[in-house]
Amino acid sequence: MKGFLLSFRSEFYKTRKTLGFWGSIILPLAITLLAFTAIYVKSNSFANKPGMMLWIQFSMISLGSMGTLLLPIYTIFVAYSVNNIEHKADTWKTLFSLPISRWAVYGAKYAYAFFLLAMCMSLFTLLNIGFGNLLGVIKPELKFGEYHMEKELAQVFFKLLLSALGILSIQFLLSLLWSDFLKPMGLGFIATVTGVILATNNWEYAYLFPYAQPMAAIKSMIKNQRGPADKFEINVFTQDVYVSLIVAVVVFFVGYYIVQKRSVK
Amino acid sequence: MVIRTQGLSFSFGNQQVVRSLSLEVPAGSIYGFLGPNGAGKTTTIKMLLNLLQAGEGSIQIFDKDLQSNRIEILKQIGSLIEQPAIYQHLTGKENLLNRAMLLQVGEKRVNDMLNLVQLTAAANKKAGQYSLGMKQRLGIALALLNDPKLLVLDEPTNGLDPNGIIEIHELMMRVVKEGKTVFVSSHLLSEVEKMATHVGIINNGKLMFQGTIQDLQNINQPHIYIETDNSADAANLLKRNHIDITEVENDYLLTPFVSKQQIGDINNLLVQNGITVFGINKQHKDLERLFLDITKSN
Repeated sequence: MKGFLLSFRSEFYKTRKTLGFWGSIILPLAITLLAFTAIYVKSNSFANKPGMMLWIQFSMISLGSMGTLLLPIYTIFVAYSVNNIEHKADTWKTLFSLPISRWAVYGAKYAYAFFLLAMCMSLFTLLNIGFGNLLGVIKPELKFGEYHMEKELAQVFFKLLLSALGILSIQFLLSLLWSDFLKPMGLGFIATVTGVILATNNWEYAYLFPYAQPMAAIKSMIKNQRGPADKFEINVFTQDVYVSLIVAVVVFFVGYYIVQKRSVK
Repeated sequence: MVIRTQGLSFSFGNQQVVRSLSLEVPAGSIYGFLGPNGAGKTTTIKMLLNLLQAGEGSIQIFDKDLQSNRIEILKQIGSLIEQPAIYQHLTGKENLLNRAMLLQVGEKRVNDMLNLVQLTAAANKKAGQYSLGMKQRLGIALALLNDPKLLVLDEPTNGLDPNGIIEIHELMMRVVKEGKTVFVSSHLLSEVEKMATHVGIINNGKLMFQGTIQDLQNINQPHIYIETDNSADAANLLKRNHIDITEVENDYLLTPFVSKQQIGDINNLLVQNGITVFGINKQHKDLERLFLDITKSN
């Protein structure tokens, strides 16, 4: 456990000045800021709309862009950046000759990639809530204050995070095995486009394909219910999320098995 | 013995790169692990660090089996394999601090190491901007960070200028004075002959020689160096008189040394047959040529 914690700290220390780390802060900041600006500039057309509608329209800018293309691509990038730092510096051999178990080194690297993704999603949640409320304060005609959906937002972004874990495990393994940029990124990009096509065409088994799961997660987020129109519930654990989690766990262990057997160059 | 391997073998697919290697590295030695490029040196070193799984054979380090005591053994080893592994976007000091964090070593040790490899002035410069020599020195500082009992260096002077090479040599001598063992690979005997106490010579994955530098000198048989006006005629004449010739060049020939008397006899023989002798004396081959002979004989 100590080796794992030391390795995790070292991952942060190594990446704290790289785009891999800052990307998980810049991406949510840029998109929510864009959403904030869009609503602020066009505040007239949103004036006096019901609070719930405002929140949905505002947060859908983040959710829509992340759910379709950005989340899979960003996940691919995170998986690439945490491994590429070792490929570039030729440091796999030193990492695996440290007096730390291979399991701790591998596990900490994966956990760090997960941490970056989780940080990104948490920031999306916080910034959406923060900017939404800020809009309500500086433009009182926008009735953001009338409705609260903090819990629902947190649930949706959590659901998105879980739906991306299948991609994370697959891409993590690809980026670990291949030192170049093109192979893992190219494959990931093709798979993402395929996933988007499958999910937008409502193919019934799209939920089984990891790269389609973020989009499937957005589609399956609202629980079917016959209640009052101003209330809705988020369904976090849907089929696509379960499949994503299963793929993530299986590929993670397969990856470790490969790392254990593989020669370190 | 600090390192003892028995019957160590390794194959990449069908190609066997290390064949039944039995190394013995005594404590406190500088062991020069020599061989031409592609002889299997790096593969052997990677097996010693458990980066490659040995196909056959056993590895004992500090008298313990490597497989079952991996972490305990690696705690006492510092290594530099091929090019130094350095994060270019971090400064030299940050590279050391990162490793110190993983090895749970304090910042004072980091500063000491920077001082030892004379990088204190460049400590806060990005490692990507370091010269090759500075990178190599940083690599050695990284290897020494955990105060290892055994230092494994793979071609540490590759690509360095003469000054850089001297600096690395001095560092190694300093380390051994502190009671550590150094296992250093090279493709040049001249690189290590002045400081190594022990030598292992490997070619095509096989150990061709292992022993002290003195043992290596001892197998270096002396020769008679003969310079005449016509090497070819001289060589033919000696052959007809049942004297072995080991080498014939345009301006000299070599024959194994037997006794002083034999030098006089050869001289007489040549002169009596009308060959002018410019010079004749007893010589040792230099070790570099001996090394080449050993690696060629395989």
